[in-house]
Amino acid sequence: MIRKPLRPLARILDARAKGENPDSIEKENIRERHEEMQLKSRQRAEGRLLVLGVFFLCAYAAVAGRMGVMATSEPREPVASVPGSAIAMQRADIVDRQGRILATNFETHSLYAQPRQLIDPLAAAKGLVEIFPDLDQDRLLADFTGKRKFLWIKKKISPEQKQAVHDIGDPGLLFGPREMRLYPNGSVAAHVLGGAGFGKEGVSAAEVIGVAGVEKQFDTYLRDPSNGRKPLALSLDLTVQAAAERVLDGGMKLMGAKGATSILMDVKTGEVISVVSLPDFDPNERPRAPATGFDPSVSPLFNRAVQGVYELGSTFKIFAAAQAVDLGLVNPETVIDTRGPLRWGKFAIRDFRNYGNELSVTKIIVKSSNIGTARLAQQIGAERQRGFLDDLGMLEATPFEIVEAQGGKPLLPKNWSELSAMTISYGHGISTTPMHLAAGYAAIANGGHYVSPTILKQDGPQLGRRIMSVEAADAARIMLRKVVTEGTASFARVPGYQVGGKTGTADKPKPRGGYYEDKVIATFASMFPAHDPKYVLVVTLDEPSIIAHGEERRTAGWTAVPVAAEMVGRLAPLLGLRPQVEPAQVTGITLTSN
Amino acid sequence: MKSLLYVATALAVFGLAFWAYQENYATQQVLKETRGLQREIGAAQVRLSVLRAEWAYLNRPDRLIELAELNFERLGLLPLRPDQFGRVDEVTYPVQPALQITQGVDVSGLNAASGEEVRP
Repeated sequence: MIRKPLRPLARILDARAKGENPDSIEKENIRERHEEMQLKSRQRAEGRLLVLGVFFLCAYAAVAGRMGVMATSEPREPVASVPGSAIAMQRADIVDRQGRILATNFETHSLYAQPRQLIDPLAAAKGLVEIFPDLDQDRLLADFTGKRKFLWIKKKISPEQKQAVHDIGDPGLLFGPREMRLYPNGSVAAHVLGGAGFGKEGVSAAEVIGVAGVEKQFDTYLRDPSNGRKPLALSLDLTVQAAAERVLDGGMKLMGAKGATSILMDVKTGEVISVVSLPDFDPNERPRAPATGFDPSVSPLFNRAVQGVYELGSTFKIFAAAQAVDLGLVNPETVIDTRGPLRWGKFAIRDFRNYGNELSVTKIIVKSSNIGTARLAQQIGAERQRGFLDDLGMLEATPFEIVEAQGGKPLLPKNWSELSAMTISYGHGISTTPMHLAAGYAAIANGGHYVSPTILKQDGPQLGRRIMSVEAADAARIMLRKVVTEGTASFARVPGYQVGGKTGTADKPKPRGGYYEDKVIATFASMFPAHDPKYVLVVTLDEPSIIAHGEERRTAGWTAVPVAAEMVGRLAPLLGLRPQVEPAQVTGITLTSN
Repeated sequence: MKSLLYVATALAVFGLAFWAYQENYATQQVLKETRGLQREIGAAQVRLSVLRAEWAYLNRPDRLIELAELNFERLGLLPLRPDQFGRVDEVTYPVQPALQITQGVDVSGLNAASGEEVRP
């Protein structure tokens, strides 16, 4: 680069000749040079700013573009990271204690119509009615020719039906994939499983949600894909449950009862092996609850085992006896005054028949004397009785894990007076569910620990806190055995299985107060084998009545007990309990030497 | 020296670009295969769940009871009762089939022929 001289000689000489100051020329030149330099550096700075500006613009545009793409696109998991994630949207299965399926999912299709695309609405409507006779042709045609753009026709259709609809060949009839809940065993364990229905529905998928029972209680668990399709294992045993339902159904019909329930519970773990409530329903086609005039005692949806709050009668007597022994007030041989009727104010307590002037505590239970247990309750006192029943879980809804159980809140007297204590001691004035009773009997059977009834499979004994001494529990157990061998439950003698239990027959309360004369709830609460109880079985029949020995009989000893005995004989072998009797002689074996 | 550095850099850029191109396509290929496999796994799992459901449906207690009743003459199946429990020592051993004698040897005759004295 040629620099311009600051003092060009020609101009200097020229200026000198004219007598001007030559320095001004130099200054002028310096100024010009500075101006040039400034201009250059400004241009450079501007260029840099431009580059930076473009760079930032691009960067921000990239970030904004990415954000826009992410906001508008469907969320999708990275393909390479999670294997099999594309099909993990299924609801988890429900299995029994041996892993047999109680509820699973099934791929099916839903049928919908887009009336705008229908070519021949009349033929389509006709064809659909032929395939689905429950559809109304006129209404369908009105929908097809009306203003609607979209119409659900069927929520679930079978592959055969789908093919038949295909054969109609109208492009306006469309299918959407559906996942439906399938209960392969039909009505077995219907009340526990409950049922499932569709939540939010779209064309390409629908949400399956539990509507009752375990399905609703564990809905979040079953829907959570992070459980990795691990099935929910229940404590039920499918074989035992099916056999129990069959036997109880037969018993209910034989005894002319309009409803029945049974609970079979493991006394150490609290696992409910089988719980039946009849009449029942098919959870695949769960009936809708009627909106008005809902009478729980006839609806098949009503779960008697956990929702049926009944006065369970004399089955409660054993709690009074066990507590009296536990407190050291009496021992099983202590003699109690049972002269009747026992008057309390204007209220009189009577026995079913006169059992004499005095009975031992064991005899009171064996004969089922109301007066005797009322005397025991007087000795115990209302406060302690209430505490004991609270320990047994009788004052709250059971913690049994199906949604309906929360509705089975016991009915208690508002004022727990001494009279209440006396009536409660023989099971009147307190209404509980059969599940409460099963938990109470389990506490006696396992040696005095509370166990909370559960529908989930457990790993081992789940004994809760101690609520009575081993001695008291043993004494109560022996009394219960004597009820069968000498008392009201003589029909419960099952060869091979020593059953111990207590009968209870309670008059049904009328809806508007008072009691029916001829309608009872018959209950038999039992445990077996009596010398080392493993299971508790509670059987309750609603309004049983049979003719035996020439007269009509409703008491539990004639109705609930034979049914329970049949159940023990049928279920105990399935539970793997070896009978302690001589097995029948097998032909073809001869003892040759000893 | 400087130009050598430039050439080397340019070559390195070429090489890296070629490598990145290759890796990109290999990755896409693997992802495609993965998607295919996952589709297959999904289909297999759906099939499996259908088979499981069918198995459970065929083994439902109601059907088994009906089948046992229908085939009672052939199978004679009854509900399990307490008196059907047995003890191990009640089980008969299977009868041993009698040994077949293929080459009969006359033992007494043998002794006589060898001339040995038979001592009691």
